Formats: sequence, structure tokens, C-alpha cells
Amino acid sequence: MTLSVAMTVNGKAVSGKVEARTLLVQFLRENLGMTGTHVGCDTSQCGACVVDVDGKSIKSCTMLAVQAEGTKVTTIEGLAPSADKLHPMQEAFRENHALQCGFCTPGMVMSAIDMVKRHNYKLDEATVRHELEGNLCRCTGYHNIVKAILAAAPAMKAAGV
Amino acid sequence: MTETGIGARVHRKEDKRFLTGTGRYVDDLPLARATYAYFLRSPHAHAKIKKIDTTAAKAMPGVVEIFTGKDTADAKMGGLICGWVVKDKNGEPHKAPAHPVMALDTVRYVGDTVAMVVANSVDEAKDAAEAIKVDYEVKPANVDLARALDKGTPEVHPEAPGNLIYDWEIGVKADVDAAFAKAAHVTKLDLVNNRLIPNAMEPRAAAAEYDKGTGNYTLWSTSQNPHVLRLILSAFVLGIPEHKLRVVAPDVGGGFGSKIFCYNEETMVCWAASRVGRPIKWTAERAESFMTDAHGRDHVTHAELAMDKDGKFLALKVETIANMGAYLSTFSTAVPTYLYATLLAGQYTTPLIYANVKAAVTHTAPVDAYRGAGRPEATFVIETIVSKAAAELKMDTAELRRKNFIPKEAFPYQTPVALQYDSGNYPPIIDEAMKIADYKGFEARRAEAKKRGKLRGIGFSSYIEACGLAPSQVIGQLGGGVGQWESAQIKFNPTGNVQVITGSHSHGQGHETTFAQLVSDKLGVPIENIEVVHGDTSTTTFGMGTYGSRSLAVGGSAIMKATDKIIAKGKKVAAHLMEADVADVEFDNGTFKVAGTDKNVPLAQVVFAAYVPHNYPLAEVEPGMDENAFYDPANFVYPAGTQICEVEIDPDTGVVEVVAHTAVDDFGNIINPMIVEGQVHGGIVQGVGQALHEAAVYDKDTGQLLSGSYMDYRMPRAEDVPSFKLGYKVTPCPHNPLGVKGCGEAGAIAAPAAVMNAVHDALAPLGVKHVEMPATPLNVWQSIQGAQRAAAE
Repeated sequence: MTLSVAMTVNGKAVSGKVEARTLLVQFLRENLGMTGTHVGCDTSQCGACVVDVDGKSIKSCTMLAVQAEGTKVTTIEGLAPSADKLHPMQEAFRENHALQCGFCTPGMVMSAIDMVKRHNYKLDEATVRHELEGNLCRCTGYHNIVKAILAAAPAMKAAGV
Repeated sequence: MTETGIGARVHRKEDKRFLTGTGRYVDDLPLARATYAYFLRSPHAHAKIKKIDTTAAKAMPGVVEIFTGKDTADAKMGGLICGWVVKDKNGEPHKAPAHPVMALDTVRYVGDTVAMVVANSVDEAKDAAEAIKVDYEVKPANVDLARALDKGTPEVHPEAPGNLIYDWEIGVKADVDAAFAKAAHVTKLDLVNNRLIPNAMEPRAAAAEYDKGTGNYTLWSTSQNPHVLRLILSAFVLGIPEHKLRVVAPDVGGGFGSKIFCYNEETMVCWAASRVGRPIKWTAERAESFMTDAHGRDHVTHAELAMDKDGKFLALKVETIANMGAYLSTFSTAVPTYLYATLLAGQYTTPLIYANVKAAVTHTAPVDAYRGAGRPEATFVIETIVSKAAAELKMDTAELRRKNFIPKEAFPYQTPVALQYDSGNYPPIIDEAMKIADYKGFEARRAEAKKRGKLRGIGFSSYIEACGLAPSQVIGQLGGGVGQWESAQIKFNPTGNVQVITGSHSHGQGHETTFAQLVSDKLGVPIENIEVVHGDTSTTTFGMGTYGSRSLAVGGSAIMKATDKIIAKGKKVAAHLMEADVADVEFDNGTFKVAGTDKNVPLAQVVFAAYVPHNYPLAEVEPGMDENAFYDPANFVYPAGTQICEVEIDPDTGVVEVVAHTAVDDFGNIINPMIVEGQVHGGIVQGVGQALHEAAVYDKDTGQLLSGSYMDYRMPRAEDVPSFKLGYKVTPCPHNPLGVKGCGEAGAIAAPAAVMNAVHDALAPLGVKHVEMPATPLNVWQSIQGAQRAAAE
């Protein structure tokens, strides 16, 4: 059965035809060609597919596209304020070498931004490590990801994002 | 040192695309009119296929084509190959059972490929796969490695009687036995090196397109070595001539060894593209990655170390059974032999070593190289037995190591197990590690932990690694089927910017930055004007790819050779432009100068003259500024280091917490310390994962993979590890132009022994003798209970 779905992704109104079983991540990747959001597992554990839906951090492999009807979605592609400027979290990942192969990175960055906001820009190492429970990285050993998130929290506050 | 040259912490050039969602991985490729493949896999570890009925499936919506083993047999498709011939101790080559791309009449592990469905969407392909009827006759499976070679165990292949692939040895057993007879003390150890599943975060994927007009194939694959994949597919499996097959490995999301090999699925996708007449895409689901990516490690080992009364090592004896899985993967045979037993000297002067390795096939997924490949297994044997010996002799564990270290003066050092270590200086490394880890303060920390009810332990691991596989002639003598050089091309454009084309492949290592630093440093070209190109057989001359920590030592050296050629040619052009003698021309930081004068001409001007040769020595020098180099190393490189781990164990729950972890390494000269640190961090956590969490578990009767998802296979998470403390000591490699060693695998090689020695140290007061990896809460708790029961009896 084909259904119509419409939502706002990174500030742009989008729509498309999907099957009832189509996941939000499939809609983003296949219908919209926005391949920045990745799929790393089939059990909602790796976190490579994290996006923001109406201000909430969501694993987009766990949400049907039709459930996102009418929502505002932000993906990794929608974070940077301009072509030559990165979001403070993206910048902190770059500064601190918090990515290697880049595959988990979109989900990591999206989760990290949500984490910083939920903790009102105040984080310590133990909290960051605990909060990263739902994001797997096989390359970095998490060391530099933790460093980057701790560095990004005050930078996000200063930038008002 | 310049801000972007050798030794600088240059931020990575590749990061922007990965951080903005504009990386391009195989599954991201937009291919017009694409079809999608799904593989039906065996649900049984061992079964005869009596019949496959695809009639109903073929009639399902969206289905384009279904292929089975019969189609591959009809097409006379070759089998997958094992590229390293290991000779049995009797001089016979190893048993080489057939490895069909699709199962023909027998399935040999859960996940073996039975049928390939090609449809208009992944969902339709999956729906159709469910409708394929396969009539299996289930047979008893051989799953338990320790019993794989026993009489009566079901056989995996008729070509490998008794499941034995080879019975291989190194060293002289009689000499070792004689040394043991004279020993004052012998330490004995039985251990299992647990089977791991690599779990690169990007699942394996392949996409292929066939151009009917030209007859050319393009295969995009998540490969660590696209040229080697093309060579195997062309020469052995599909017969598509190399010049008609382009293999592209675009952005690849981690490999750790698992993406070196030639796999069934990419072979089928490539082959079927011409039959279907439309592009085909396939991406593994994580469950398929668990079932079918080549697994790692999986040894059962008995080791004995003979010492004199002062603790000086006299001899080492090691017996290992290594699991090959159901089929021999591309480099599987070399891993437990030339990458394992040859490393058993470690950092020590042990004069006599004998190792016997028996490789067995089982009804499990193929096993091959995984980060470290053989070297973590060797380090685990040595560093576990050395720590056990220290405990038995009541000696300080660091002191026993120091007493037996190869002294600085002994390099180059010939080990009794074939390798000649080129350089190293081990005592300062362990000293530095002990300083950083505050070894002196440990007993106070242990006492403090005890007050909190925690058992604190400390563990050492002093590893050696042979990496940057080399030289080609030696590899050939040992049975390796490929050369072990690397290629580089430095191609200037007329406007002065440059493409550095390498045969290495980056799947997270940051070559686009490190290699650009080399060229920027050597040629004085601004780093933003340098583009590193890799991963495409149509743009690179040839390449051996990236594995075994070889990219910088071998690939980087090839780049240096190419820069030398650029400078040599540039001098001739510059001499002409400056009306000077070539012998008087010097090159420094991007400028050619006439020695002793102020005459100079920048490289960019020389490059322009080479492409617009209006004023140019055409009679002596060809136009253009584009140089190729191949570099074949003189020896392996030998990074070494010491890791020190501290753990705290809750005796009531068995939970082990890594509370501190220090690594001091000698990687030779370092090009980008930021990238090197990242490699060490990641390696350590994979090693901690092996020690404490990860295990590929098959049901011993049915051969079902019990650890087949992230719910069952315990990946290390951020909360499982602390931040790490790192240090460096440098002895430059004497035989490559950069003086570099390798850093990619060190963390994973050393960490398991460091962690487990700490676990054993923490549990020693309770009488626990040995805990197998992974030291899960259950495993540790049961060990504690066992020791307490034994003490009570």
C-alpha cells in the first residue's frame, strides 16, 4: 500500500510516496537522496541514524516515515549555518579528531547536540560517557568524541545554538 | 617543522565532508535504474541442499532475477581463493577445499549463500527470498574448535580429511625440549584466544554496473584494497579481464581487516550486473555482517616458558589450534603462522622457540585477519605467560620483563623465529609507561580501592609488532601470492596544484591529510593545493591497499620516492631556466636555487614551464611534471611499546572496570601526532573489547550464531573505558625514507594482555588462577566462586 507523507526537513517542505513499512531513515536516504544519515545496524543500537524530530533526538531506523508526517526534521546536512561555517559541535569534532571513518559521525554529532541541550550546556566526562550509550563507534575509542563534546558545550552556549 | 608539514597536528582534510553528511559511501551512490540484491542464507551450519525451488519467488512483485549455485556452476564461475600457500611440516602445501561463490550442494555455516534475489527494491527482494523453498538434509556440525581435529568429528570438506588444513611448525623441537630439561622453572599456560567479529560500523556493501557498449564493468565495493579485489575477481573467479573491470572503493566506513578479503556477495553483484542489464546494489544488514564478515582470532593454545633460576628465559614452546572457519578466506592461512608464530619472541631474548600450529576447518564463518591479525594472539600468549611467570617466581612483573628485554646494542636482532628486528630500545619505553601510570603509587591505590570493597589490579603488556609486510621476495618465499610494494604518483597540474595518487586506501586512517603533509613538507606546496586520490583502479596505477599498518611505511615511502623524482626532474628544468649547471641547483622549501647565488625559481614556475614548454630543454627533458614510483621495503617495520592497565573488580558482581590505561609506543618518526593518538585510542578499545566484552559464540551442537546482533555481541561503549594516557619514544626505522613504523594495530595488539594481567592481578588474592577472555561479569564471578569452593575443600 502506497501512502503519501509530507514533512519539513532542514527547513524545506518535502513530500513523497512511501510504503507503510518505510522507515524514516529510508525516506531520507532513498526518497530525498539525503545520505548523510547512516544505517549501521538493524536493532536500533548503533545510533548512526540519529536525527532530530521536533526537537527530540530520534533513531530514524525506529520510526516509520508516516509517523513523521507534519514534523520538523533536522539531519546532519542541516546543521552547518553556511557553506564555510560549521555548527560548534561539528567544529569541535574536527578540532579534536573525534572522527575517523566518518560512518558513525552523523549520529554521534546529532546525539551530542541533543545531549548538550538536555544538560543545559553543562556536562562532565562521566555524564558524556553515560549519555553515549546509544551510539557505537569502532574507530576512535570514544576518547576524542568525549573531548569534543565537552569542548562543544560552552561553544554552543556562546553561539546561542 | 612547518604548520602543515611532518610532525604537525594538522586537522584532517577529509573531516568536512564526513561532518556535513556529504561523505560518499557505497550505499550512498545514486545509480539510475538500480536493482537491489538480497541473499538467501543457510539457516543450518551443515546441510545437504536437496532441492531449491524458486518458482513462486520468481513470480513475486518486483523480482527481476534469482540466481543459485547452479547458475554459477553453469557459468563455470571459479571459486574464491586463499592467496597464501602455507606448507605443512612435511613440506606439503595446505589443503585447499573448494570455496564456491554460491553453495552448490552443501551449506557449511549459518549464513552461507544459497540464493541471490535481484528485485526493484530491497523489500521486494526480501519478500521474494522468503518464498524460495529450499529442501535441506541437516547434518551434524563441527563447531567446537578444541574438538575439531578429534577422530569422529564431522568433516567440513572431503579435501581436508580430519578437518586439518595444515600442521605447521617453526623452530627445532629437540633443541627446545633440551632447554626445558635444564630449566630451573617452567611456567605453563592454557588459553583460548576468543573469537571476535570485526564490526566496522559501515556494513559491507557492493554495487555494480555493466556497460553493454564497451563491455566494461564497474564494481563499487567497501574494500580496503580495490586493486587486489580486481586481481582476484579477474584472474581467479570471474575471468573479466582486468582492463575491463574497474573497482572503486569510495569512502569506506572502517575495515579493521574485514574488508581486505574477496567475498561472495560482491562477486555475485559484479557478475550478475551484466546478466540483469541494470545496476545492482547490495548492502549487508548488520545481522549479515555478524554471520558472514570474516571473523578474527579463535585459537586454543598451550604454552610453556622455561627459565633459569634468575628468571632468564631459556625457551618457549607453543601449541596452537587455529580456527579457519568453513572456508579458507583470502589471507586466512598466513594469520596463525607467519603473522603469529614469528612474533613469539616478543621483546625478549628467548634464544629457543618452537611453535606448532594446526589449522582446522569448522562449520562456522570464515576466519581471517582482524586488526593485528596473529600479532595480538602472539602478544597475548607471551605477555600472559610472562606475567604468570613473574607471579610464580614472586618477581616484579616489570623487572622480569626488563631482565629479558633485547638490549639496545643487539639491534638489528635476529630472533629464533625468522624475523630480524631492525631497531628498537625497549627499557626507556617501559620506564616511561611506569612513570605515566604512576606504578609506584599503585599499592596505595589498591589499598584505597579495597576500602571501597573493590579489588584493584595492574597489568603490563610489552608488545612487538611486525608490520608493513615486506619485502616482496621474502613474502613470495613464504608462500604469499602477491607483491608487497606500494605505488605513488605525484601529478602536478599546470597551475601548480598537485594530485597525490596512492595505492593505499583510507577507511578512517586519514591518508588524505597525512600524505598531503608529506608532500607539502617535501615540496613546499601549500597543503590546500594538494589532493590525495585513492581507491579507484581507474585512477591509480596499481595498489596493494591498506592493512597490516602498512600505509605510511610502504605507501608513504613510495610517495617520498615520487617526490625525489619530481625534484630531480625539476632541477633540470630549473637549471635551464636559470642558465645554470644542474649540479649547482639545490631545492629547498618549494624553490630551486643556484648554490652560492641569489638566483632562484619557484617550483610552481618550473611546473608551468614543464606544461607550457616554450622555454624548455626539450632535447633532454620530457614535458610534464608527473612522476610514478613503486617502493618495495627492505624489511618489515617493528613498532613496539608497553601498555599498563589498571582495573577495579566488584567481587560481588564480577564487573570489571578499566580505571586507567597507559600506552607508550615507539612508532618511529611521527607525521601527524593527532592522527596517531586516534589510532592508538581506537586500538586500545578494540583490545579492551576482546578482553572484557566481545565474543563470537556459536551453539556447540547446532552451529547457530548466538552473538548475532548488537543485543548479544557486546561492543565496547564510551562508558566502558576511561580517557587514555599516551607517551612516545622514538627510534627511527633505519630502512625507509621517513623513518616511520606503523601505528594502526598496536593498541589492539597490546591491550588484551594488559587488561587480563590486571584482572589476574586483582583476583590473585582470592586464589583465582586464570580467567578466560572475555572477562564478563558472569565469567569473573564464576571464577571467584570456583576459587572459593576450591579453598573451602
